[in-house]
Amino acid sequence: MTWDEIWPLLRQGTVETLQMTLWSTVITAVFGVLLGLALVVTDRRGLAPVPAVHHLLGLVVNVGRSIPFIILLVALLPLTRALVGTTIGTTAAIVPLAISAIPFYARLVETSLREVDPGVVDAARAMGASRVQIAGKVLLREARPGLLAGLTVTFVALIGYSAMAGAIGGGGLGDIAIRYGYQRFENTVMIAVVAVIVVLVQVVQLLGDRLVRRLSHR
Amino acid sequence: MIQIEKLRKTYRSRGRELTAVDGVDISVREGEIFGVLGRSGAGKSTLLRCVNLLERPDSGRVQVDGRDLLGLSGGELRAARQGIGMIHQHFGLLSSRTVAGNVAFPLEVMGVPRAERAARVDELLELVGLTEHAKAHPAQISGGQKQRVGIARALAGRPKVLLSDEATSALDPETTASILALLRDLRDRLGLTVLLITHEMDVVKRICDSAAIMRDGRVVESGTLRDLLLRPGSELARDLFPLPASEVRPGTTVVDVTFEGDAADRPFVSSLARTYAIDVNILGGAVEEVGGTRIGRLRIGLPGDPDLNAAQLAHLRDAGLTVEVHPTPGTEVAA
Repeated sequence: MTWDEIWPLLRQGTVETLQMTLWSTVITAVFGVLLGLALVVTDRRGLAPVPAVHHLLGLVVNVGRSIPFIILLVALLPLTRALVGTTIGTTAAIVPLAISAIPFYARLVETSLREVDPGVVDAARAMGASRVQIAGKVLLREARPGLLAGLTVTFVALIGYSAMAGAIGGGGLGDIAIRYGYQRFENTVMIAVVAVIVVLVQVVQLLGDRLVRRLSHR
Repeated sequence: MIQIEKLRKTYRSRGRELTAVDGVDISVREGEIFGVLGRSGAGKSTLLRCVNLLERPDSGRVQVDGRDLLGLSGGELRAARQGIGMIHQHFGLLSSRTVAGNVAFPLEVMGVPRAERAARVDELLELVGLTEHAKAHPAQISGGQKQRVGIARALAGRPKVLLSDEATSALDPETTASILALLRDLRDRLGLTVLLITHEMDVVKRICDSAAIMRDGRVVESGTLRDLLLRPGSELARDLFPLPASEVRPGTTVVDVTFEGDAADRPFVSSLARTYAIDVNILGGAVEEVGGTRIGRLRIGLPGDPDLNAAQLAHLRDAGLTVEVHPTPGTEVAA
């Protein structure tokens, strides 16, 4: 293949990969924060202790994280069809990507929230802050650098997973690497795809780190 | 202003029970600085946290400004807490907010409108002398400045009561002195009632009007500082005026004499020696400035057994001194 043929492929692949990963990161951010917050809040020593709910959520998260992504991709096909009406294409790939990333990110969120100085939570309680105020103005706010660092890690992981989603017709760079690079022995395409992914990961990590540093005042 | 009655709090963990506060009664009068002194594990922190119900006591009563806090609903309790300031050993500041943002936090919690908030924050920062650090983050200021932020924040809701949880324990001696001076100054200016806990005698000596000593969850002595220091056998006095252990030999009398104010200026030792023509031995002594008056304790030795010294002891008591005679050990031991 000539570069004239490769360039448009790469451009389309990058756009599709970014579509998949960006959307699934946004969805993961919302639900991961909610799930992580619920894990911390319902803990025995949390703001609203409900140990039964805490253990149930913990189990759900662990099960979600145990299933290999490639299996999840296939297992979720009916759900994907119900949600987006199709099981192939970039949009369809967002469903399994987000669902696999949510429990992963929820654990990172949980860790960040637990690192918030309990003395600050105490001080807020002594001020008469409500539980909603403590969750929003203390826990989530104080943990912001950690939440963002975790989201960067998740985004990078999603770039990797999106390559697998390509295998079931999700499109993107992974799809190109498999169809051209692997199945047709086009080494140039393979190397070009990997190079683009490396650059993507670098850029995401760099931006994430920079933002974390801006938010962090420790 | 603060009434604590028969307060008990027991923690249970892994089948073991630990009674942190075991039937404590404390009454803090309006406008006074009351110190609870005790070692770590004495239960003083739990006691303080029971006052604004950060910990719920198992039994007993807590009244602040005439209100029984244990009877309040969740919302009422939060409102009541807004009228009780609290400062903490490790400050408890939000690292993500600036100094001004931290002081504004309780105002946000209370629902004070934004414009009013800014004016109040300026006022509070001025009060604690931090105006120029308003835009700094907690990580950029010193420990003493952090505690000043903590104090400004605690005063945001114009509380009548301030609770202090080892507020100076993480600070060096000079910073401690300046924070204590600020607390006393604020008490004088704002008419605050302060309940503080500490393990440092120095804190009690410097700013407290009254004190209680806690050990193993109980108050072992309490009262105004002056009464405690003059009371024979008081632990507070023993801690504040550490005197060397002295052996009482038969045929001598060892007496601890506590004096305050005017009595401290009168030469009672030489007057005693002259009046009775005896040799007075000075075995140890200390003088401290407590709450604006000088209080001191002197250990002296007199010749002869205590019963032979009745007139001499009466002489000291007549001079307005508190006299405590050490018991003489049994003679058969000495022989």
